[in-house]
Amino acid sequence: MSLTEMQGYAFFFFTIFLVVILYGYILHLYKSEKDGVRDYEKYGKMALDDELTDKPIEENPKETNEKKEK
Amino acid sequence: MQSNTALEYDYSVAKLYMWTTVIFGIVGMTIGVLIAAQLAFPELNYLMGEYGTFSRLRPLHTNVVIYGFTLSGIMASFYYSAPRVLKVSMGELPLINALAKFQFVAYLVAATGMVISLGMGITANKEYAQMEWPLDVLIVVYWVIWGINMFALIGARREKALYISLWYYIACFLGVAMLYLFNNMEVPTLFFSGGLGAWYHSVSMYAGTNDALVQWWWGHNAVAFVFTVPIIALIYYFLPKESGQAVYSYKLSLLSFWGLMFVYLWAGGHHLLWSTVPDWMQTMGSIFSVVLILPSWGSAINMLLTMKGEWNQLTENPLIKFMVLASTFYMLSTLEGPIQAVKSVNAIAHFTDWIPGHVHDGVLGWVAFMIFAALMHMSTRVFKREIYSKSLLEAQFWIQTTGVVLYFTSMWIAGITQGMMWRAVDEYGNLMYSFIDTVTVLHPYYTIRAIGGLLFLIGVFMFAYNLYKTATAGRKLENEPQFRSPMA
Repeated sequence: MSLTEMQGYAFFFFTIFLVVILYGYILHLYKSEKDGVRDYEKYGKMALDDELTDKPIEENPKETNEKKEK
Repeated sequence: MQSNTALEYDYSVAKLYMWTTVIFGIVGMTIGVLIAAQLAFPELNYLMGEYGTFSRLRPLHTNVVIYGFTLSGIMASFYYSAPRVLKVSMGELPLINALAKFQFVAYLVAATGMVISLGMGITANKEYAQMEWPLDVLIVVYWVIWGINMFALIGARREKALYISLWYYIACFLGVAMLYLFNNMEVPTLFFSGGLGAWYHSVSMYAGTNDALVQWWWGHNAVAFVFTVPIIALIYYFLPKESGQAVYSYKLSLLSFWGLMFVYLWAGGHHLLWSTVPDWMQTMGSIFSVVLILPSWGSAINMLLTMKGEWNQLTENPLIKFMVLASTFYMLSTLEGPIQAVKSVNAIAHFTDWIPGHVHDGVLGWVAFMIFAALMHMSTRVFKREIYSKSLLEAQFWIQTTGVVLYFTSMWIAGITQGMMWRAVDEYGNLMYSFIDTVTVLHPYYTIRAIGGLLFLIGVFMFAYNLYKTATAGRKLENEPQFRSPMA
């Protein structure tokens, strides 16, 4: 097998690999939402409820610990 | 961090960048209109001796609009919106606030140095990287400070997750850092040649085709990480906030982000089609450019769908008009680019006026429109005043839209005409036209382009006036508006 042919096969399989990764990511996003692991759509609220006085969509654990210490 | 009920967002740094956006916008685009007019009427080259020639002014135009206008707009938006989505005020971090002000001073020095040096004809001769090495060093310092500030803000956040806009700002920071360093690897001639040349001169560390490759790896990614990535950060924040509608699909925004990050870096080769770079690399540039349609349209469609059920706002709110048209121009531009990157199309399009046509429907329709909308949205919160004039904003929108349409349509026709004329051969295989034949034919289109640019510039002045009046004479607001920016 020549180098060019090897490059061709490598390119082909790499493309397949990347397509799998891409679709895997989509699947991962939907699956973790369906299983209740994470609700991605709630993060969209971050742009809307962005006053300092607004309750964070998800509190930063570091911030929560600091509050407890006080 | 102290809990304080009276705590407010500190917009002092954002405010500084808002004004540099306006000043550099006026300077950069005025030069743009002048050089557009020079192409139609060459006698305009001789208004200011050597300082007024096209070759001297063209890099000044590109650098001022990219690193003056656009970068200022990005920084204003970053220092306004990043603290908000992280729910931490710059005022809570005095050291970072001071560092951000120092960053602004470094920016001002670098930008002024850029205007003066390019005006004097001191150039490193690499497209969109013309600044000489002393300025490059200053820009690296400036960029590193931005990174420190960004990650310090992230470290102090109250919100656990990072909003999608921040992902894009981080990508802008990392992408530019990497590409800028590699492309600006240069040797100051004085120190390495036994005292030859001026102290500020340098030569690239790469030569020939390698230099071209690195140059366009940077050049195209300047488009990616200055004109696209941070502007997407802007639209993901300002469109939902102004319309009061959360982004249509957060999942799609994540998917588009990773798609864009992976694909964009490899598309730069399309600038070197039919040149001396290896054929496989040209093909790769073409393929990645075409694939790039998907993540680009992913973001743009996501933005349009964010307006679902709220399209009435398009007629009622000029800021929504600006942003919706911006995402539409983003779609147009990201479809047009891949078409030009197809090898056979590129054989006609390369070196023609279709290329600046493509660039300008992106930068005027997408980048500038987004920056105008972002700044106006911010102005009501930063100055705590109502936007001075809605009708002026409406008029600006229509004048500028007309300007952009005149610009890109004239350049489409000019570019394709030019490309076809250069290739036309008679029955014996001789070229049918000389270069000057094409210039004569293109004259009307160059004139239309200059008029289009002038209309856009008039809009910039209207914007500047409206912003100034908002800051000084707009009706005072007692409470910060939640979503829609109030306007008189």
